[in-house]
Order: sequence, then C-alpha cells, then structure tokens
Amino acid sequence: MDSIKFVQNQYKPTDREFPEFRAGDTVVVNYKIIEGAKERIQAFRGDVIQIKGNEGNKTFTVRKMSNGVGVERIFPMNSPNIVSIEVLKRGKVRRSRIYYLRNLVGKKARIKEKTRLVSK
Amino acid sequence: MNGIIGKKIGMTSIFDQAGNNIACTIIEAGPCVVTQVKSEDVDGYSAVQLAFGEAKEKNTSKAMAGHFSKANTSPKSKVVEIPNFGLSKSLGDTVTIDELFAEGDKVSVVGTSKGKGFQGVVKRHGFSGVGDATHGQHNRLRAPGSIGAASYPAKVFKGMRMGGRTGNDRVKTRNLKVVNLFPEKNLILIKGAIPGPKGGFVVIEK
Repeated sequence: MDSIKFVQNQYKPTDREFPEFRAGDTVVVNYKIIEGAKERIQAFRGDVIQIKGNEGNKTFTVRKMSNGVGVERIFPMNSPNIVSIEVLKRGKVRRSRIYYLRNLVGKKARIKEKTRLVSK
Repeated sequence: MNGIIGKKIGMTSIFDQAGNNIACTIIEAGPCVVTQVKSEDVDGYSAVQLAFGEAKEKNTSKAMAGHFSKANTSPKSKVVEIPNFGLSKSLGDTVTIDELFAEGDKVSVVGTSKGKGFQGVVKRHGFSGVGDATHGQHNRLRAPGSIGAASYPAKVFKGMRMGGRTGNDRVKTRNLKVVNLFPEKNLILIKGAIPGPKGGFVVIEK
C-alpha cells in the first residue's frame, strides 16, 4: 500500500492548487482540449453532484443543463488537462451524492445557497 | 535473456504528459542475489540463478541454507534460473532493476495466475454455452454440448476440453511497456495488468 502511495505521489501535479468544494457547489472547470496540434480551453459550468475516490484516483462529477438536456462530466482530480477550478456558489445540501437532482427539472432542480460560508 | 524476480504490489493509474490516463501495475523487483552461475563447460548450458525475498531461517531447509551461505547471503524465499543472462555476474553479486531495464522498454512478465477453483467450460475454455436463455430452455445455458460421436469411436478423445480446475497456472504476458523506474525503492511501473495476486512472485523478462 505504501508503495502505491509513493508512486501516486510521484505523479501528483504540484504546480497547482484547487479550491475546496463539495457536492452541491456550483463550479466552473476550465479544461484543456487538444484538437490535433491546436489547444484551447473550454469551461464547463455546473453543479458538483459527487466526489469519489481518494489520492490519485479521486474524481468529481459535474452536472449541468444544456438546452434542456442534463449533461454530466466526470473529471479526474489529477488530470493535467484541468487548468483551473472556480467555485461560484456554495450549495446547501444534506447528502454527499446528490443523485436526486437527476430526477428533478426546472425550479425544483435548484440548490439553495449556503448563507453563511464556513471557512475551512 | 535478462530477467529479475519481483513481487506484485498492486495497480494504480497515472497521467502521462499528454494527459492520457494509463493503468499501471507496480512491481517491487530486486535487488536479487546471484546464488549460482551455470556455465557451458560445467553444466552444459549458461544461466544465472537469482534469489529474492527474505525467508526465515527456520523455514529454510538445510540444503538450501548451505546453498545460500555459499553465496554469502541470508535465506531467500524465491529462487529462479534465468538462461543466457545478459550481464556478466558472479556468485554473490546483486542484480537491480536499473541495470536491466529503462523507461520505454518492452518486457514480458511471468507469474502464476489466480486460482479460480473448479470452473465450467464457459469460463475455462471460452465456450459460448448451448442454446437460448429463453424459449422454454431451462438447463443448457452453460453446458459444453456434444463431447463426441456414438458407437464409433465409442470413447471420448483425450484432451477434450471440459470443466475443471482453472487458474493457478504459469502465465506469461508479453510486450508490456515499462512506464517508469524508481531504483531507490526498487519499484518498476508497467503499463497494463500482469498475472497473479497482489504479493505474488513474478519474473520480469526482457
């Protein structure tokens, strides 16, 4: 186990730091997209619905509504293609995995904002 | 042929420079001790015998204990012979991964696959079973089907593939790429999966 952690630490990106966020938060993920020789940055804005895994295998899922269709994207936390993550809103949710959001549409699919920010 | 004995640690995934996620196996390989050097003149063939992994003295037979003391080393748990070893080594020398491998090399990994117990022909030999799951069919889904003709030849031929003990065999996986080496920790990172359970002994060949 220690050897696995050792290897994962060797590959941990050290040049960046992401803000802490959790399920229910609204985030913008700036993601590098490589098309042949060209490279551009795409922003994916949505609600975090789950964070899973640990250390090098950690991923998070962001869900957004695009033209009335729900779109979910899973980002590996250690991916070198993530340029930055911004937290726009802290959501008030009771669960760490808010899958119930998938079944809700319109006004019901909103997440209440946390009024008092807990500084970590 | 070059080779070294190692222990499978487990798997993880890493990102390369291009952003690809690569599944890798971590192997703790070496340092191995040369316990015997076989030569054309004396033994009829050329080989180097390597030993790896600490063993307790009480679990080592007197014969093996004598063999290890000849090489001036403590008792080891795994001994493997590598024919036509590429480096010139003498008795008691150590072999480490950085002498044998480099990043980007293609290697083969030999191990003992996980034992699966008594399995049917579908899992053991890749048969597709008989018939449908529905349409009134009730007990032939994973059956082997016919195992031969009737009164002639009046027997089942030897080697007919049937159910039985599966796994726990020597398996060699070829053409695996070395992703990285950590000589200070004796760790080698190999792309893809290798045979055997975590903690199982493997031989990395090049």
